Amino acid sequence: MLKALKPKFWDQGAGPASHRSLFNYRRLWLLVLGLMFGVSFVPLALMAGIDFSISRQAAEQETELRMSQLVSNTRRTISYFIGERVSALGFIAADNTPDELADPARLATLLELLKSSFSGFVDLGVIGADGVQLAYVGPFELAGKDYSGQEWFSATQTRGRYVSEVFQGYRGVPHLVVAVRRDLPGGTFLCVRATLDTATFNDFIGAIDLIPQGDAFIINREGVLQTPSRSHGDVLDPVNLPVPPPSTSSEVIYGLGQDGSEIVIGYAYIEGTPFVLMIVKPKTALLRAWYGTRIKLSGLLAGSVLLMVLVFIGVATVLVGRVFEADQRRATALHQAEHAGKLASIGRLAAGVAHEINNPLAIINEKAGLLLDLFTYGRECNQNPKLKGLVDSIITAVERCGAITRRLLSFARHMDVSLSEVDLPHIVHEVLGFLGKEAEYRSIAVDVMTKGEIPRFISDRGKLQQIFLNLVNNAFAAMSDGGHLTIAIRREDPDWIAVTVADDGCGIPEADLKRIFEPFFTTRKSKGGTGLGLSITYGLVQDLGGRVEVDSHVGQGTTFVIHLPLAGGKKEA
Amino acid sequence: MSERVLLVDDEPEFLEAMAERMRTRGLNVTTAASAREALELVGKETFDAVILDLMMPGMDGLEAFKALRAGHEDAQVIFLTGHASVEKGIEAMKLGAMDFVEKPADLNQLLEKIRSAKAQKMILVEKKAQEKIKDILTERGW
Repeated sequence: MLKALKPKFWDQGAGPASHRSLFNYRRLWLLVLGLMFGVSFVPLALMAGIDFSISRQAAEQETELRMSQLVSNTRRTISYFIGERVSALGFIAADNTPDELADPARLATLLELLKSSFSGFVDLGVIGADGVQLAYVGPFELAGKDYSGQEWFSATQTRGRYVSEVFQGYRGVPHLVVAVRRDLPGGTFLCVRATLDTATFNDFIGAIDLIPQGDAFIINREGVLQTPSRSHGDVLDPVNLPVPPPSTSSEVIYGLGQDGSEIVIGYAYIEGTPFVLMIVKPKTALLRAWYGTRIKLSGLLAGSVLLMVLVFIGVATVLVGRVFEADQRRATALHQAEHAGKLASIGRLAAGVAHEINNPLAIINEKAGLLLDLFTYGRECNQNPKLKGLVDSIITAVERCGAITRRLLSFARHMDVSLSEVDLPHIVHEVLGFLGKEAEYRSIAVDVMTKGEIPRFISDRGKLQQIFLNLVNNAFAAMSDGGHLTIAIRREDPDWIAVTVADDGCGIPEADLKRIFEPFFTTRKSKGGTGLGLSITYGLVQDLGGRVEVDSHVGQGTTFVIHLPLAGGKKEA
Repeated sequence: MSERVLLVDDEPEFLEAMAERMRTRGLNVTTAASAREALELVGKETFDAVILDLMMPGMDGLEAFKALRAGHEDAQVIFLTGHASVEKGIEAMKLGAMDFVEKPADLNQLLEKIRSAKAQKMILVEKKAQEKIKDILTERGW
């Protein structure tokens, strides 16, 4: 699976053979990929990071603001709630004469009035300047109680009005006390005191609209809870959070909750009371909306990054693949040009050598002939058969040399293409006619197949004959007796004809396959091969504007394919 | 009557050996080591066949052939060359050479060609003689 995905160039140019190709494709690929990733991901990551921090900051600020507003509102409400009751008490104290105030019946009426107008009033008492309760109405028998030593009494005496912390009084119920001072002529005063039920107070705190994880409660300045809380302890228990520093306005601070998670605390000191309002919310819950958006955005980002990675890899692969293909084509073209050039220069060299050798060869031939003549016609003919034999072998050797130089010259020969209309199947049959006797003698089966209409076309008859003669000769040499030779002629496409000459002979080893078209390359040296047949064939096919392909497997045979253009030998030889 | 042959080649070694072998076979051989020498000889005597090397320094075979043909159109020329180039051969044949033999040549083959050259020449000479007689008959007839 991975192998199928691996691009062709992956293993090219990475090994020690890298000097053969222009590029290290794998490195090129990585470079392209790295560049693309670099220019796209770095700004993207930067933007995402900046956006993240800015939006987080904004969300936090928003949260703080909301928290602050909530705290302020609640503080105002509580402040108002207490202030209202203190003012009512003040009004009662001012509106009644001291005698009226000391009258329990009147006081009972007033308590009823207070209870009907304001919630939370439990009892009402009037205390004289000496601290002794003059009158009392309420559920307990507190008339005549002396408050002179108590802290609230002195505070009321000095400050005029007083709001107590929540405490558990005689009744075992948390409550708080409010008191006001009524100055009387003559420097004395009266103190009107009322007990407030904290239930209303608690309802009030509980009514604050909170998220489920949130908590709102009131503590005193020592950190003792004045109202029940959801998760920070019950009434009159010490709160498990540090008491925030005093401040005249609503503040928002960050802290750590009991489980170590971050929490946001909004608090406000309520003026004129010992109370501190606290609203606590976990930070994660507050930033949930922001987190939700973040997750969606991150998902989008991740998706687009994934898409980009895929596209980049694809683009880089295709790009480098194209470069690789172009490079391969260039290398192939270069190789072909090199090969053709090599053949041409070898051809010229061969022609020169052949020509230079022919002259001394002629001299040897004539001298040897003369020697022979001397023995044959000479007067002093000592009929030595051995000498005659020696001269004969010289002449035979010269003939062989002559044959080689003639072939060399015909290899190098670049004569004009003499064109005429040819019938390819006919030429093949003609060539087979020359070799028919040998085929018959060696019982080689020769099949000629013609596939499709083979048009007559303009080409060089002589060259075609030589090409097929060479190929068939080679095939015969490669085959043992009783082999099969198949010649197939087919029309490849409108412009080309392909002739396949396939034998089932010994085949060509792969190492030799590259060199078979080189002149003087032969494996039949001992049997008189000159190594020129195929190089001549190659040259001839090129002269005709065609090309040769060879495919061979040792032991299975060799297939030569000659591609010939129907347009004829356009190429000037 | 032995064939009279003029052998032209720039290689003295080849020339001598070839000439001697031909003489051994009863031919009347004259040798020339250059085209100029050959042209002089042709001016002096008549030959049944001229065997001419194509590649010679100075005047080469084809030039020599043209010069020879200019004065003696019935001269039978056989080209002999180490450069077995077909185009040269074709050119030579087009110019009217009798034949074309590649070096190293088979002597028997060459002798065959000389004989046929001589026969050709005889025909030409006979034709010429007949024409001459005809001329004489028509012009001087009475």
